Amino acid sequence: MKHIAIGLLGAAAFGFAASAASASTLDDVKAKGFIQCGTNTGLAGFAAPDDKGEWKGIDVDFCRAVAAAVFGDGTKVKFTPLSAKERFTALQSGEVDILSRNTTWTINRDTALGLNFVGVTYYDGQGFMINAKKLPGVNSALQLSGAAVCVQSGTTTELNLADYFKSNKMEYNPVVFEKLDEVNAAYDAGRCDVYTTDQSGLYGIRLTLSSPADHVVLPEIISKEPLGPAVRQGDDQWYHIVKWTYFALLNAEELGITQANVDEMKNSDNPEIKRVLGQEADTKIGTDLGVSNDWVVNIVKAVGNYGEMFERNVGSGSPLKIARGINALWTKGGLQYAPPIR
Amino acid sequence: MASQEVLREEPSRGSFINDPRVRGIFFQALVLVLLVAGVWWVTHNVIANLTRLHIASGFGFLKGRAGFDISESAIAYSSDSTYFRAILVGFINTVIVAVVGIITATIIGFIVGIGRLSHNWLIRKICTVYVEVFRNIPPLLVIFFWYSGVLAVLPPPRESINLPFGSFLNQRGFYFPRAIWGEGSWLILVALLLGIAMAWFVARKARQRQMATGQPFPVFWTSMALIVGLPLLAYALSGFPLSFEFPKQSTFNLVGGFQVRPEFLSLYLALSCYTAAFIAEIVRAGIRGVSAGQTEAAAALGLRSGSILRLVVVPQAMRIVIPPLTSQYLNLTKNSSLAIAIGYPDLTATAGTVLNQTGQAVEGVVIMMAVYLALSLITSAIMNVVNARMALVER
Repeated sequence: MKHIAIGLLGAAAFGFAASAASASTLDDVKAKGFIQCGTNTGLAGFAAPDDKGEWKGIDVDFCRAVAAAVFGDGTKVKFTPLSAKERFTALQSGEVDILSRNTTWTINRDTALGLNFVGVTYYDGQGFMINAKKLPGVNSALQLSGAAVCVQSGTTTELNLADYFKSNKMEYNPVVFEKLDEVNAAYDAGRCDVYTTDQSGLYGIRLTLSSPADHVVLPEIISKEPLGPAVRQGDDQWYHIVKWTYFALLNAEELGITQANVDEMKNSDNPEIKRVLGQEADTKIGTDLGVSNDWVVNIVKAVGNYGEMFERNVGSGSPLKIARGINALWTKGGLQYAPPIR
Repeated sequence: MASQEVLREEPSRGSFINDPRVRGIFFQALVLVLLVAGVWWVTHNVIANLTRLHIASGFGFLKGRAGFDISESAIAYSSDSTYFRAILVGFINTVIVAVVGIITATIIGFIVGIGRLSHNWLIRKICTVYVEVFRNIPPLLVIFFWYSGVLAVLPPPRESINLPFGSFLNQRGFYFPRAIWGEGSWLILVALLLGIAMAWFVARKARQRQMATGQPFPVFWTSMALIVGLPLLAYALSGFPLSFEFPKQSTFNLVGGFQVRPEFLSLYLALSCYTAAFIAEIVRAGIRGVSAGQTEAAAALGLRSGSILRLVVVPQAMRIVIPPLTSQYLNLTKNSSLAIAIGYPDLTATAGTVLNQTGQAVEGVVIMMAVYLALSLITSAIMNVVNARMALVER
């Protein structure tokens, strides 16, 4: 509620601040010296502080990539943990510059909420998790009629859940909380039989339960959940910077540019790689965007390419061990596809 | 005040600028203009900024399909209902927990408050500890204490604690048999209402008789016989139409019967216990405020200590108690918005979800504020009526 209150103050009562902010997000960000990034309050693989208090995850790395593009330094970013309910108000009111919080891209959010989604950093779908030890014999979501289901309020998950049980003529008992850790605690304590959220989230949450091995994720995926970062409407320049940061991460992976080899790659003979890394003579790609010409170099140095970011946070390099699946590049049978940088 | 009245009576000296009445009107007008300008400025800014940010505004969204389910609803509600109905469900839930909480808090508060003045050392100390514990802990923690500390450690549904009369207690809540009213059961309700009306009449007559002749009448037992006996008689006459649906074990939960969810239970218990501590102090202050001479005089007339309390002390204490009691009732109603922490679908929770699903933050918060304001004003109005009836009638 605190954030909503702040957001309202920002958006509504004090129009001075809001009209000043409308000048240009890029100018504001440069003036304050860092990017304010709205993230999850704690979801393993997407945004969660590690044991040293440093934020880890694919969503926070994306914000670091934008900071690297703007400042040449991936550390110039501050994180604002937001609950599902607070997130849109925080972005609308200007409390955060980017919302990178495993947020599903929907038409309503693009239109009525005044947001612009920049792309899909993670293709997900909603799933169900149960405690297999307490509920032996349940191996399909279609057997869940009559169950108590834990879900976070104000999410697309909550709506899909209602639709799924309704369309399959099953009953359920919603147990709804506002904060993710409250849902986790309720499920772990046995207040509900089923936990539903995006499947990647389920794998992440399972690790935090008291006995992860007892819990299984059911095979059904009941929805499309394209998760991606969003910015406010009305500032095309900022929208382009954030959008092309995402495309740069994908293009870097496609061209084989990694955190380790990015400096060598600058001397590559491949004209495409030279162009992407800003090594072409008199290039204006970066400056036209509003950043320096070596922006892609800075991004990759800060967080690596998309594939590295994925493997480090949710893939084989993480405890989650999620396969690339549909999040692979289009060249490898996945859905991740970026327009060319030229 | 006195100096103003003196000034007013003097004729204005010279310039009308020095006239206190003109000055008074001027400053009142100035405040009014500033207030209107302030409200206009805020409203204008909100509308302008919403338009600039391309955010839809207006209250039209209330007619849209909600799409989400709510765990507890006193009225018919499904995901096909409108956003307006979702907010209405939350509002009713808030009213339910507030009303039930206020009744319980008042009962506990009066018992503890009187207990603190008891001559019995143990009762006095227990009541003091109760007040000091609950008064000095934030209400949110009391809610968590009940939710996580007491109700969450109950056994899972398959190992429910069996209670008498086919009731069960587990971590999903308290289950008890649901009464199913058969044909002719309206007679029982009529008998109950009749019993209450007759009991009230008997009490009135008995008081009149005692006033006139000094003869007491066993009002309590007669009333109980009427209120319990008449419905029982009607039950037998209409051919025992009542049956019960008992909660039964299923794959996941107990089904059937009536379920009181732990979210409601913990919010209700926490708000009642917390507010009762404050009410106890108010009651104690009220009783202390009645002069000791009253008690002594009543004792000298030969009244027993129970009668002294009931007939002499409490009626006078009520005049001191009711105004601060109103504040506590308002506090309890507003504290019910803490329900959001444990997922009880009150007004704040459902309106918050609607706010989030539609993105109508300003409208959502305006609705919440208006509803809480209206609820508080209604509570105040009711308590003012009670206060007016209780107040000392000056002769």
